[in-house]
Amino acid sequence: MMALTPEFTPGQLVSGDVVSVSLMAPVARFSLRLRAADIPAVSTAIGVDLPTRIGACAHHETVEVMCLGPDEWQIQTDANDSVRLINACAAIYAQVPHSLTDISAREVTISIEGPGAVDLLSIGCPRDIDKIAIGTGCRTVFDGVSTVLWRDGETRFRLDIWRSFAPHVIGLIQTGCAELAAQ
Amino acid sequence: MLLIHCPYCAQTLPELEFTYAGEAHIARPDASSPVSDEEWRNFLFIRTNVKGPHYERWRHSHGCGRFFNAVRDTVSDRFLITYKAGEKRPELSDLLEKSK
Repeated sequence: MMALTPEFTPGQLVSGDVVSVSLMAPVARFSLRLRAADIPAVSTAIGVDLPTRIGACAHHETVEVMCLGPDEWQIQTDANDSVRLINACAAIYAQVPHSLTDISAREVTISIEGPGAVDLLSIGCPRDIDKIAIGTGCRTVFDGVSTVLWRDGETRFRLDIWRSFAPHVIGLIQTGCAELAAQ
Repeated sequence: MLLIHCPYCAQTLPELEFTYAGEAHIARPDASSPVSDEEWRNFLFIRTNVKGPHYERWRHSHGCGRFFNAVRDTVSDRFLITYKAGEKRPELSDLLEKSK
């Protein structure tokens, strides 16, 4: 087990049979806002069909997109890919007004894996985790903190947390892990 | 905990994701014409404070981020309907009939 450092050094935070938690490497993140009529043009530019159902995800190569609201998407991609994405959107900006904001430094992501993952999330998240389909996600709340939850598998999740709230949320998750391991 | 149906997410979700935002359908007086002090006071401060079905605004703050309207019974806390912002105010008599 590793302590969370102020630099947010990626690595394993909790390891165990029930659930393991790790801080993931930094990725490029963007917040995208645009009008419904412009969805096809921006989809072509970034190379991923933007999902329109809230919570639905889409991915192509390194780019991952989640629909957060009727006019809001969160995009994650490889740090090396961000320049391509920014340039592609800038090229169509005159015809298709939109807002693509780089929020890479705003959040850190932890991965939560193991048979106890759903139980662990339920200590802070009021949603029914079982109702989140695999391959989708949602923006929700974790102990008062707005977070984005991605469900990658039956017992595999990623949780995006704003950097300033991360010590609180991760501290709570570590306590939860200890409790699950003691059962 | 209340379970609230978000008309944008089309899901029924826990109250903790939502924020209450006061009474709905309060029109701001047209500021292009002279507005009397009384009109302005009514807009700012006067609310119906009903006991029973109440038209109110909510925001899905830890979700899609959208404001929407709801009709909630202030006695039983039961939601009769939630609908998107900008949609027509539903008639109370229809809602009460449907909920029977």
